[in-house]
Formats: sequence, structure tokens, C-alpha cells
Amino acid sequence: MKTREKVKHTRKKNKLISDDMIVMTNVSKSYSTGAPALNGVTLNIKKGEFVFVVGDSGSGKSTLIKLLLRELTPTEGKILVNGCDVERLKRRKIPKFRRNIGVVFQDFRLLKDRNVYENVAFAQRIIQIPTRDIRKNVPAMLSTVGLAGKYKAKPKQLSGGEQQRVALARALVNEPLILLADEPTGNLDPKNSWEIMKLLEEINAKGTTVLVVTHNREIVNTMQKRVITMKKGIVVSDEEKGGYIDED
Amino acid sequence: MRISSFFYTIRQGLKSIFRNKWFSLASIATIGACLFLFGIFYAILINFDNIVKTAEKGVSVTVFFDEGISDDRIQEIGNLISMRTEVSRIDYISADEAWESFKVDYLGEYSDGFLENPLEDSASYEIYLSDVAMQGTLVTYLESVEGIREVNRSEITANTLSGMNTLIGYVSIGIIGILLAVSIFLISNTVTIGISIRKEEIQIMKYIGATDFFVRAPFVIEGIIIGLFGSLIPLGIIYIIYNNIVEYVVGRFQILTSLIQFIPVETIFQTLVPVSLAMGVGIGFVGSFITVKRHLRV
Repeated sequence: MKTREKVKHTRKKNKLISDDMIVMTNVSKSYSTGAPALNGVTLNIKKGEFVFVVGDSGSGKSTLIKLLLRELTPTEGKILVNGCDVERLKRRKIPKFRRNIGVVFQDFRLLKDRNVYENVAFAQRIIQIPTRDIRKNVPAMLSTVGLAGKYKAKPKQLSGGEQQRVALARALVNEPLILLADEPTGNLDPKNSWEIMKLLEEINAKGTTVLVVTHNREIVNTMQKRVITMKKGIVVSDEEKGGYIDED
Repeated sequence: MRISSFFYTIRQGLKSIFRNKWFSLASIATIGACLFLFGIFYAILINFDNIVKTAEKGVSVTVFFDEGISDDRIQEIGNLISMRTEVSRIDYISADEAWESFKVDYLGEYSDGFLENPLEDSASYEIYLSDVAMQGTLVTYLESVEGIREVNRSEITANTLSGMNTLIGYVSIGIIGILLAVSIFLISNTVTIGISIRKEEIQIMKYIGATDFFVRAPFVIEGIIIGLFGSLIPLGIIYIIYNNIVEYVVGRFQILTSLIQFIPVETIFQTLVPVSLAMGVGIGFVGSFITVKRHLRV
């Protein structure tokens, strides 16, 4: 499969030094105004882990995601993603770096004027996968997320849960090493939320490192995964098989 | 770039025009309006310039010679004048030709009373200028030439035409300047609208890991196509309007045809088509390039 070859090639370049997938050492991020969004965060997420990051608004969760995507650079500290020093990454290398990271947002962020097939195929087109391979890979990925029959539908014709599954399919079609999910169930009802979480668990079982930022107490408490709790830019708790810690 | 990616990019550029049809129409209309005004003013100015140039060709300086001058010296003076750069043409009018012309113009049948040529010493050179503004320089020179008795010139005509030329130059610069300012204003507004439509799309592409080139290429192709239509449409309209106006004026005001020689639309289009196309495509290219660039830093 061409996708796999391409991704492998990029992975080789990045030289996986250890089992660590994400290493953040004493990372701080300040914006021009106000208190720092992140303040001395140190984290280590291993390859193949499933991690929840929880915390209230303003706790620094979104900044964490933006730093991992290299949308922002830290004010202080060091971030390694798959052995790659994110801060030192040259601008022209960012697209290739991001191809190792699948990302899913609360608001789905699908290309509204393209159908389901085109939204997923788009991720493959940007890494220049030949069309004949795209024609095989995209339907396969759509059936994995349970949307094989809706490949012609436009995003607005789909429910929230279906749109999020399209976003997941797009994030996963290039077989990323890491999946970042920023409030993936934020706009979904409980039934759809659970379906998405099951999918994430299946993806994780296949070896992809999954990091989910969420507010969903029930999901966090039920799934019994590693939970990192943040408050005002600081990691206040990091527990294996943890639960949602209340503010009070 | 793979061939499939290349065609994908072209296809996306084309599809994008139809997807954002209102924005595309607004952009085509904006570019089209600017280039239409440009074309109209160009056609007017080039015709006006032609009228002045035609009038200039008729402006001449006449020199008369000293009494009893030899034919050889006249020939010599003729050669000297011909060598001047400001001279485009020089005609010799002998004394007999001058008298014949005078008789026809002013005397008619009353000329029979003259037995000799009263204009015996009125052989002359009629000198036509390549640039009417140089008339003063030429006259100064002619007055210094030995054997020339008198230099006749039409200062008012020369000054008026020379002034017209300068005026046309200033008006052209002024109009093109105003059109450019209006174009930049309109196009920057259209580009701003384009940005708000595209912001999210560009962001998504960048999050997935698209290179700047991959994000930009369809937009740039879209911009070029919009620019192409934005220049072809006004060219078509100008072609029709110009021919109709010329036909109407020539048919309705025949008196004008002796004064004004309209430049054929084909001649105007030899310059207008490449300039308009280059401007349209250039505006489309630069506009889309800037629109996307602002959002590539994600």
C-alpha cells in the first residue's frame, strides 16, 4: 500500500529514538496579554497509549493541541513528537510533520462543499497518493467508520455523529502515528459520543497513539484510561486508569 | 508534482469558480469594470492622439530665397534642410507653380491681365515637421541659413498642437492613475471577501498537512481564470460598442469624417488585447496569491 510506504519513509526520517511518542519538558506558552496558557508542563506519552486530557476552559488544553500541531511554538521548554523537535522544525517541513498526526475537532471542520468521499480523499491527495490507490483506500476507511453507504453525501446532509466519523476517517486514512482529538464528542449526543469513543479505542488497539481532550465526565470515568488533568496551564494530576477530577 | 495531482489542481480551480459562483461573478465584474473603463479611455485617447498627429502632419514652414539666388544654391539649401532630424518631408515649389496655385485659388478668370509672373522671386520650400514642438528650433536654424530671405510659419497652430500633445499625455496619465486607484480599491475589497470565504478551507488544508503550494495552486488557477474572463468580456463589449459608435458617427455626421479619421478597432485591439489580458490575468494571479498567503501561516 502506497500510503504505508510514504508514511514509513517519513517515519524513518524522523528516527524513532525510543518508545516515547510525545515528550514535553518544562513547556510554557505565554500570549502577549494575560497569564501563561501553559506553565512548565512536563509530559511523557508512550507509543500506543490512549490518554485523556481534561480540564476546564482556560486550563491550557487547546494550547497543548496547537503546540503539538506546531501551530504555535512554546515560549519555553522542549517538545518532541516522535523524536522530532517541534520548535526547530522549519516552516517548509511542517506539512510533512503534520502528516504523522491525525486531528479531529469538536466542530468537525469538513470541507462543506465536497462530499464525504472527497473530504477523506483530500487527505490522500495532499500527500500525492495515486488516484487508483485513493479509490481503494477511501472506501475501505469509510467502511471502517461505518459510512460506506454515504460516500456521496455532503456534510450538511449528515448528522453530527456522522460528520465526526467523516472527520475521523480523514484523520486516519493516511495512517498517522498519533491521533489528536479536541473535544470530539462536544457537539454529539451520548449515543453518538460513545460510538466515536469506540472507534477511537479500536484505532488505538491497532497501534495509533490517541490523545483526547474532553469535558465528558461520563466517558472519562467509564473508559478507565490514563487521565491528565490541567488547571490554569499546569498539570495538576496524571493518573493511569484515572477519572474526571472536579474543579472543587 | 504528479500528473494526477496537476489535473486535480486544475479541476479544483475550475470547480471552485462554480462553487463560489457569486464571489466569482463579483470578481469578474470588478476586473471587467476596471478593464472596460481602461479600454474605453484607451480607445478615446488613441483616437484623439491620431487627430492631433494628423493635424501635425499638415503643419509646415515655408522658406523663400534671396532675389537672384542660383538653382544650385536652392538645391544645396534643400539638402541641408532634409538632413535635419525634425524634418519629415520637404517639397520644392517653383515660382511658376506658386503663381499657378495663386491664380487658381484667388484670381480665377482675372489672371489673364498678367503677362509676367509677379511671383518670380517666390520659389519656396514647404517643410513638414516630424515633431511639431520642434518648429521653433527649425525656424531659428532656417533664419541663419545664407540665401533664405523669409521664413513663414504658423506659430499658433504649432503651439496649439504641441499643447494638445502635452495635454493628452497628462490626461492619459491622470485617467490611468485614477483607474488604477479605483481598481486597487475594488479588487482589494473583492479579495477581502475572498479571504472570509476561504479562511476556514485553507486552515483545514493546512491542519491535514497540505503544503503551501498544494493549498495555493487551485486558488491561483481560479484567480487566473477569473482574470481571463474579466478581461475577455470587456474586450468583447468594447469591440461591439466601438464599431457601432464609429458607424453611427460616420453615418450621422458626415462633416466630421473629413476632420476625424477613426482608428480601426483591429488596430486598437493589437495593443488593447495583450495589455488587457496581461492586466486581467495579472490581477487575478496577484489577488489570489495575496488572499491565500495571508492564511498560510497556520
